[in-house]
Amino acid sequence: MSIAVSHGHDATLIGLDSEHAGPASKRIVTGYGFWIFILSDMVMFSCFFAAYAVLLGETNGGPSGAELFNLTNVAIETACLLFSSFACGMAYIAAEERNHMWFQIAMAITCVLGLAFLAIEFHEFADLVARGAGPSRSALLSAFFTLVGCHGLHVSAGTLWLLTMMAQVFAKGFRADILRRFLCFALFWHALDIIWVAVFSVVYLLGSAV
Amino acid sequence: MSDVELHHRADLAPGDEEQVSVKLRVLGYLIGLGLAIVLTATSFFVAGTDLVWQPSIPVAIIVLAIAQMGVHLVFFLHITTDPDNTNNVLALAFGLLIVFLVIGGSLWIMANLNHNMLPMDQIMQMQR
Repeated sequence: MSIAVSHGHDATLIGLDSEHAGPASKRIVTGYGFWIFILSDMVMFSCFFAAYAVLLGETNGGPSGAELFNLTNVAIETACLLFSSFACGMAYIAAEERNHMWFQIAMAITCVLGLAFLAIEFHEFADLVARGAGPSRSALLSAFFTLVGCHGLHVSAGTLWLLTMMAQVFAKGFRADILRRFLCFALFWHALDIIWVAVFSVVYLLGSAV
Repeated sequence: MSDVELHHRADLAPGDEEQVSVKLRVLGYLIGLGLAIVLTATSFFVAGTDLVWQPSIPVAIIVLAIAQMGVHLVFFLHITTDPDNTNNVLALAFGLLIVFLVIGGSLWIMANLNHNMLPMDQIMQMQR
């Protein structure tokens, strides 16, 4: 008996928790798989960031970053995404507490802020194209539209996913499979905000400094 | 996941955190939000100011951005140094390795090429 106890103690000490051997729960497997997807998405974004950084000076006689970017707009976009990420965190807590009302309220706020972000970004793109600074103007602008547009597409897809989650929780309640989907959604939404931090720092702030 | 499972020293899914009271968890998000706002505001301030030594501005912006990404990872995604989180952290470390290789490598190689290549008009002359 005492041998068994001391064996268990040793196993804990060296990090082998023999009591909980066996496959991980489905929530952990799903979440981990989605985490790997997010990291590969970040690797993809890093290629676009590398292209933008390399092409930063290649304006082909066209406008440079400093002449193109309106930093006030960017600050508002940043605030929208940051608060939307926070609201998503509140929805996450509400989901774990199985609170329908707060879940729907927090998700609605997340959605409105995400849509506000998309509206400002779309307006900015339309304005650039109208001023003759579309993606075909210079290598810098091609890289800019690819990188920022790709992030915008992710946010659009995330917004559709968000509405789907609201509808599914409303219709089916906090079932285990719905909660796994919501875990993935929350990871996705927070990850988009992390990528936006890189976008506003590298593209807009460094881009206007050069 | 049931409460029983969470109280064991099992692994955590990325995004999940140890079961604590709602108040403390909201507080965690609020701290993250506050830190992110401060870092963002500093970065926008630094980008447009004449008060600091100009060549230090790009470095400052990059450092602030990395700090803010760290804040997001810890307070929003709950990626911590907790032993339950080892798998998530290792995957993140590998992702970061690739990201830095791609970005750093591209900048390094292209800077070398730009430095060592003849200006475009001279290349055109040589082709004649």
